[in-house]
Amino acid sequence: MQFDLVSPERRLSSVEATEVQIPGADGDMTAMAEHAPTITTLRPGVLKVIGPNGTDEYVVTGGFAEISGASTTVLAEQAWHKSDVSQTVLDGLLDAAKEAAANAPADQVDTLAKQVADLAAVGAELGLSA
Amino acid sequence: MPNLKDLKNRIASVKSTRKITKAMQMVAAAKLRRAQESAEAARPYTERFNAVLGGLASAFGGSDSAPKLLSGTGKDDVHLLLVMTAERGLCGGFNSNIAKLARQHAADLIAKGKTVKVITVGKKGRDAIRRDLGDMFVGHVDLSEVKRVGYENAREIAQDLLHRFDIGEFDVATLFFARFENVVAQHPTALQIIPAKFEDGDEASALYDYEPSEEAILADLLPRSVATQIFAALLENAASEQGARMSAMDNATRNAGEMIDQLTIQYNRSRQAVITNELIEIISGAEAL
Repeated sequence: MQFDLVSPERRLSSVEATEVQIPGADGDMTAMAEHAPTITTLRPGVLKVIGPNGTDEYVVTGGFAEISGASTTVLAEQAWHKSDVSQTVLDGLLDAAKEAAANAPADQVDTLAKQVADLAAVGAELGLSA
Repeated sequence: MPNLKDLKNRIASVKSTRKITKAMQMVAAAKLRRAQESAEAARPYTERFNAVLGGLASAFGGSDSAPKLLSGTGKDDVHLLLVMTAERGLCGGFNSNIAKLARQHAADLIAKGKTVKVITVGKKGRDAIRRDLGDMFVGHVDLSEVKRVGYENAREIAQDLLHRFDIGEFDVATLFFARFENVVAQHPTALQIIPAKFEDGDEASALYDYEPSEEAILADLLPRSVATQIFAALLENAASEQGARMSAMDNATRNAGEMIDQLTIQYNRSRQAVITNELIEIISGAEAL
């Protein structure tokens, strides 16, 4: 199955994959070949690509994934390879999310609070302090 | 007739102008390549994004539950023009063409009795627009400190725009920028971004399962789409600017070359005239003896 990860600024990855684990907004999902065509939005999380050449992990923030039988395309608003995510990057993201949550109108408070929690979970998964 | 010394100075000054324009052309060429590369790198994202959103939007466009960003506020009284130009001049008609298109658009809207508000990106556009549409000017985005536009810049502009939309400052937003075709052709373009307009998506979109739901995805993606469109436009604009500067400087270099040739001919003629004069003086002096 073809896997593409694109951010607005560049194409991060375009490889053959057997399995892609996607941090969907409603929960993690794993896409494999012949998956039913699905479009899901993403939550901040870790995207795992398992292919013949090993496993790659990326950190993504928002965006969406388009899964069809033959390919999976992830359009992430921001994406980094796991090794590029340092404490500083994470802190920057967390600060921005916290600030947005603090200034949010009442109907968005929950969504933004979840963003902060999701980012904190990413930090925990990467072994960084949140 | 100017004397020899003046001509010589003139030639030297045009020569140094030619050197400068030549250097600017080469710098623009290098920057153009980079700008084109980043515009191309952004293309897959924008294309997929619009295709998916287009599919969703065509399925939902007609329904009452459609988000405001898609269906509009139900009015079109207040128009916001987001005019994007360069931070620097010396790039031919690039800035003035965009400003001209925006001004004309504004004049049409005013003639129809609409209210017009203008936000500019880029110093040159601000200067041009302020002169004529000063009272409609509501904001300016300064990117002069930004070496290379990133998605982050576009997102900030989009957030400002969305905030203004949420508090009901305008009904329709239109983006003005120059679409890059090639080095000699950049087309000033007006693109309506709020309410969003999409070409009909591929029909296959109906086959997809949506998670969480179609409405939720649409509501999540539409604000991002504003940022994506602005980002794409910023990149196109950056490439167009360098393209325009490159051809403007190429012309300037050529004109300077022609001027040098003309001045050199004039210089040589005057020098010859001086020599002839001196010879005549010597000969007539000798004859008088």
